[in-house]
Parts: sequence; C-alpha cells; structure tokens
Amino acid sequence: MPQLDINGKTVAVETDLDRSLLSLLRDDLDLTGSKYGCGEGQCGACTVLIDEKSARSCITPVRAALGKKITTIEGLEKSGRLHPLQEAFLETEALQCGYCTSGMIMSGISLLRKNPNPPREEILRQMEGNVCRCGDYLRIVAALEKAARAIKEARK
Amino acid sequence: MKEMNDAIFEPERYELFAAPRYLFEMDRREFFKSLGGGLVIALIIKDSIAQESGGGRAGRPQAPQEISAWLRIAKDNTVTVYTGKVEFGQNIRTSLAQAVSDELRTPMSNIQLVMGDTDLTPFDVGTFGSLTTPVMSEQLRKASAAAREFLIDLAVEAMKADRASFTVADGKIIHTAANRSLTFGHLIGDQMITKAIATNVATTPADRWTVAGRSAPKVDGRAFVTGKHKYTSDLKLEGMLYGKVLRPPALGATLATCDVKEAQSASGVTVVRDGDFIGVAATAPHTAERALALIRAEWKLTPQPSRKEIFDYLKKHPAKSMEGRRPAEPFKKGNLEEGLAAADKKLEASYTINYIAHVPLEPRAALAHWQGDKLTVWTATQRPFGVRSEIAQAFRIPDSQVRVIVPDTGSGYGGKHTGETAIEAARLARAAGKPVKLVWTREEEFTWAYFRPAGVIDIASGVSRDGMITAWEFHNYNAGASAIRPLYDITNQKIEFHASDSPLRQGSYRALAATANHFAREMHIDELSRALGLDPLEFRYRNLKDARLRAVLAAAAETFGWAKRKSSQGRGFGIAGGMEKGSYVAMCAEVAVSSGRVKVVRVTAAFECGAVVNPDGLKNQIEGSIVMGLGGALFEAIDFENGKILNPRLSRYRVPRFSDTPAIETVLVDRKDLPSSGAGETPIVALAPAVGSAIFDATGIRLRSLPMVPNGSVSSR
Repeated sequence: MPQLDINGKTVAVETDLDRSLLSLLRDDLDLTGSKYGCGEGQCGACTVLIDEKSARSCITPVRAALGKKITTIEGLEKSGRLHPLQEAFLETEALQCGYCTSGMIMSGISLLRKNPNPPREEILRQMEGNVCRCGDYLRIVAALEKAARAIKEARK
Repeated sequence: MKEMNDAIFEPERYELFAAPRYLFEMDRREFFKSLGGGLVIALIIKDSIAQESGGGRAGRPQAPQEISAWLRIAKDNTVTVYTGKVEFGQNIRTSLAQAVSDELRTPMSNIQLVMGDTDLTPFDVGTFGSLTTPVMSEQLRKASAAAREFLIDLAVEAMKADRASFTVADGKIIHTAANRSLTFGHLIGDQMITKAIATNVATTPADRWTVAGRSAPKVDGRAFVTGKHKYTSDLKLEGMLYGKVLRPPALGATLATCDVKEAQSASGVTVVRDGDFIGVAATAPHTAERALALIRAEWKLTPQPSRKEIFDYLKKHPAKSMEGRRPAEPFKKGNLEEGLAAADKKLEASYTINYIAHVPLEPRAALAHWQGDKLTVWTATQRPFGVRSEIAQAFRIPDSQVRVIVPDTGSGYGGKHTGETAIEAARLARAAGKPVKLVWTREEEFTWAYFRPAGVIDIASGVSRDGMITAWEFHNYNAGASAIRPLYDITNQKIEFHASDSPLRQGSYRALAATANHFAREMHIDELSRALGLDPLEFRYRNLKDARLRAVLAAAAETFGWAKRKSSQGRGFGIAGGMEKGSYVAMCAEVAVSSGRVKVVRVTAAFECGAVVNPDGLKNQIEGSIVMGLGGALFEAIDFENGKILNPRLSRYRVPRFSDTPAIETVLVDRKDLPSSGAGETPIVALAPAVGSAIFDATGIRLRSLPMVPNGSVSSR
C-alpha cells in the first residue's frame, strides 16, 4: 500500500492517488490547519513543506508526495514549544482572522530554511504567492525578520 | 433560491431595527438555569435598540430576547460572557474581554467569551456597522460593573463590614484594613443568583481604564498559529457527508430539464432536486464532485446587462423596488442655483465605481445536522440570528427549532450577512438523514455571493476666487447613501441618492458606500483646490469647521510631512479625509509612477474613534483597511457579461499582495473624553482619494473611476 510520511509519522494511503494532498490532509487525516482558499495555487493558504520546500497542497496530487517528507502546520510544535516563526507571529500580532496564517508560516519557514537571513526584497518575492485579505503583510514581514533574528540568536 | 435571495437581501438593510414583540419573565429564569450555577448578570435593554422579533418559542429554553448581554461568574472564578457578536478577525474576542476585565477588576485569563450561538447568546442583530465597540463593549461594561457592585454587596454581608472599606482587584473583593480578601467564586459559592439590571449603570471612564486602552495580545492567538483553531470549514461530525451544489451557467438562469438518474445510482450518494435547487451529498468530497458531474441539466438563460454598459444602465434603470413609490427627497440646503451663479469657477465631473468582491479567504461554509425536527448549523455568518430566521423560513419551521453557531471565522468584510450555504447544507442533510458539510469553492464564492455595488456619482460644484465652495450638487446612482453628505460647510447643497436596478446581487462591504462617496467627494475637492491654485489641505481648512476632522487632517499632514513634500514628474502626493460611523480619518499618500506603472510608496493615516480600547489592535485594523482599500482603489473589479462572472478566480481577480503594500504609518488620536466608536471600517474610506490625488500630482492625469489602474498602469488605460 502507498505510504506518506506526514509530520514524522508513516501514514498508509487508501485513496485515489490523483486526489489533492490538501483534501487528504483535511478530510481523511483531520489535519485541518492547512486551508482551502482558491484551489489553484494562487493564495498559499494550503501551503505545506514537501522535503523542506513549500508546496501548494491544493494542486499537489497525493501521488506526487509519495515517499517524501511532508510537514504541515501541526508538525511544527515540538514538545509544547512553538517554532520561532509561530512565536514571532504572536509577538507581532501578524494576524487578524488567522485563515492565511498556517500557509504564511509554512511559506515563511521554507524561506528561512533556504536563507536564514533573508533581505526584505527576498521576503517580499518569496511570500508574494500568499494572500492575506486582512492586509497584515507588513506585520508578517516583521514576524519573519523577528524569527530570523531569534533563530540566529539561538544558534549562537 | 432566487425568490428568497431577493426577499431577504437588500443593501444596507441592517439599518432597520424593530422592537421585540414579547418579553417573557419565565423563559429568562429557565434559560439562565440551563447555563449552570453561579452569578448571572443580565442587562435589560427592552426600550433600546437592535431587536428583531423572533419566531415561535416552543422547544428548548430560548435565549431571552429583551436582554443584550449576560455574563456568568462561576464558583471557580471563571467569568463567561455571552454575546451574539461574532469574531471575524476584527479582534473583538480580545477587545470585549478587555472591557470586562477592566470593569470586573479580574484578569483577562479568567474571562471566556461565548459568541454567536443562537441557543446560548443574547439576540443580536449582527456584527456589522462598527457597532461592537460603541454598543456591545459598553453593555458588557455595564453588566460587569453591576456584577462587581453586587459582589461587594455579598462581601459586605459576609464580613459585616462597611461598604466603603472594600476594594476590588485581581478577581477578589478586598477588605484592606482587615487585610482579608475573598474571591468572587468564594462569595458566590453554590448559589444560583440571577440579577437583571437596567442600563443606567455607571461604568469606568476611559481615563481610569487599566486593561482597556492598552494593547492586549489576541486572546486565543496560539490556536491560530498552530492551525488548531477550527473554522466552520474544518468541522467534522460522525457520519458526516460532503455536499456539492449544481450551479447554473449564469446568474438568473432557471432550470429547464434535469436528469439525475445516473448520479443517483452512484453508491453512497444522495441527490436532491427541489425546484431549481440540485445538490448531492456523498461520503467523500471527490465522490460528491463526481456525482455532480453525472447530472445532466439544461438551463434557461435570460439576457442581462454587461460590464461594458453598466454605468449607463445604472443611471437609466431606477430600482424596480422603487416603482410606484415616491423616491426619497433629496437633501437640500440653501439655493443651489444662486450658489452656482455666485461661483467664480465651476466644475462638473462624473465618477464611476465598479463592482468588487469581498474575497474572504475562507469561502462560505456550513455544517448542518438534523436531530428529529431540530436543526443545528455551524456556519460563518455575520448575522447568526438573521440566518436562523432565513433557515427557519426556508424549511417552514419555527426559529426555536434552529440553532446557528458561528465559529470564529476566516473574515467577511461585510460579505457574509446571508445564509445561503447554511440553507443548502441543511437541505442536503435533511434528504440524506446525516450531517452534511458544504464548503463553497472560490469560484462559487466569487459568483453566488454578493458584491459591493457599482455606481455612478455626478458632482457639479462652484467655488469662489477666495477658496470657498459656493455650491455642491451630488447625485449617487446605486453606490449607496452612506456618508453621502459632506462635512464641509457649504451653504448651497443638493444631494441625492438614486437606487438602481442592479444586474448583480449587491450588498454590504466594509464601510459600505462611504468609500465611493468619499472617493468622488475628496477627488473633486482636490480638483477644485488645484483649479484655484490652493494647497489641497489649506482649501479643506477654509471650508471646514468640524474640529475632529480638522484634527485628523492636521495630525496626518504633520506626521507625513505634508508641508515639506516635493512633487515631481512621476512622484506625487495626495491627501483626503472624512468621517463615517462616528470615526474620523485622514490619509496622506505618496505614489511613484514610472513608465505609467503606479506604486503606492507610503501612506500615513491619522484616526480618531473616541477613546481607544486596544491601540495595537486598532493599528492592525487601520493597516488592514489601507491594504484592502488598495485593491478597490487600484485594480479590483468584477468583470461580467450577460449573467456570467468572467473573472471568478484569484488568478483572474487581482487582490493586494506583499509587493503592493506601502510603508504605513498610523497616528492614533486618542480622545479619552469621547465614547469609543467603531474602527474596523472607516479607515478604508480615505485611501482611494488620497492615492488618486497623488497620482494626479505625479502625472497630471485625473482618474475618476474605481479601480483607477485596472491594468496596473496609468498610460495603458
């Protein structure tokens, strides 16, 4: 049986492999932190990490994720400790309705893994595919910069 | 569906209020008992606002309708506050808790809010119109203050001491001299006390607030950053099915023929055909989608106006609802003709506004569950009680058999006042005999919800050489009447709203028509000031006595450095201001235009909404209004042709993104001497005219249609 590695757990998949990864996560596995926003990879609310890279799970068929390491927003908290970017979102109050937040955090983490100290232009470029209708873009940028500093501090 | 939509929805309808029909003492006691023990304080507002008459009252204990708020303090010191308001990202779960914490002198961590549940919370007309802070917050303060005073009474009784010797802090009644304190819970013990109080309770003035007036973090922020918060679309019940609805190919289409046999034969699929409603429910979303694709339907289409003719159409087609009715009298002051005759310069201009969509990131969603003839629906709506009535009407059952619960929602901006998704899910659930969840696709949200109205605004004005406006004639076709009258002191005015027959379904949107009216008015004011060679700010001051608007204009100008601005070809500055819902806003904008491409570089906003409750939360709302406002100002527009929405996807409908966001500076003018007014909407009204004036400043091109640069560029228009 095909298997997926989701948040460090192996999950057997008994479904049509052409279904979207987002639907599998949300409807079958109750991992509802990843959101449906547009269904065409345009808003980023469904963003997860596949092998450390951000991916739009709404347009990713389950088949494409087989044998790869999938991380969702639910997989970030480690023994009660939030990821520095999650902390930074709280500290900068970088959310209003919160519906885009999971996708923003996952896209942000992918960016920070690529470049732990991204200049502002790179943040804007990398995050351009994520929509926040409440308009918290400046705060999200501030959260990313804050998390980058926190990660750097922690490594010292 | 069509008939129902027309009947229940009309723009800005929520400004209607009706008094409650019945006040039943018995129900109240029975209801509060059902919440559990403790001290319950209920605030009676029977002669006040915001009541709609309910349906039948049989069945389970119903929330008393004459009460606007109640809170319960339990033996374990927890305070549960019940309000019919809903959280959509405006952060009222936090700001209302601040008000209660302040007045009850009890920590935020002891306070929990139950919101938007028609079985548990007080009747509420809906969360819109920026009313939560000015009305609900004050009511919760009164209930909290009454609770606090009653707890002191209990302490006086328990300790047989003088009332004046007690203070209240940190959730305790303290007798300072005796160095003794009693917790709220200790004083209440196992008693079940219900106190109904009137509205004449003194509350703490803003200059003595200790919790409110300071920034407070979002109370349940952690649930959002961990993905644990359950929005409606995330909910799941045992045995739940997934619903899909067959949509017509165009708005206004009616069903001609329909063959559902093939879909019905699919295993585990329920198909419903009821009039023009066709839907399916299945055990998995993809099964429902496949079943839907097996339905063969033919629709009868009706020719309809398209976008290319919309402005002409709106002016020529008065609203059908107005047929045979006398239109509202225009607002008149002085003598317009004399004012125009006295003018040294006259200006006539026409402004147009396209339909735009709210695009809440969480599309409409509902989960419906029938238990016998009783229905519970979880759905994302700004009007839980209104939607309860919509559902009850659709199924011809009393309101009391319907419970609507609104989980904190993925935004609305005025776009989720109606209950169509809830009704569709409930119809499918009734047929299937199982709970059904229905989540609209983005395309459905773009097509079958409703839009901010399109409109035309014609202004004719006159101005004297010394910079006084002598005449002001303002006609608004269909955009809406909010903030239609100027705050400027103009002797001769005629102002008229003309309701039109809108080809697209239209309704509320953040700040309603105040955005369109401010755009036209403030762009026109800018044009007049330039015709006279006057500084746009100075021209406003000459025609404006309103001290609050002058104050925000001055604050924005100072922080922005308005006096020091240096315009050049390709670099421009604009200013605009106004008032809506009792709050005052002014904005300065700087734009850069390069090869026709417009970039808003910097926006400074000054905002005054009376006493500020949560400064950082308020700033967040202002920033959000600026970003959201950029979309409607610059590039958002619904394109439609003969009943079809041509751009119902995010890939074809551009919303503001990271790179569109300017540097933003906000100045809060905190007036602790004034009651707090709403803040989630008003800041959006000044953005478009400030940016439009700045584009003119940079290019000499006057853009009079929203959106101003639909293709991203001034020259390519």
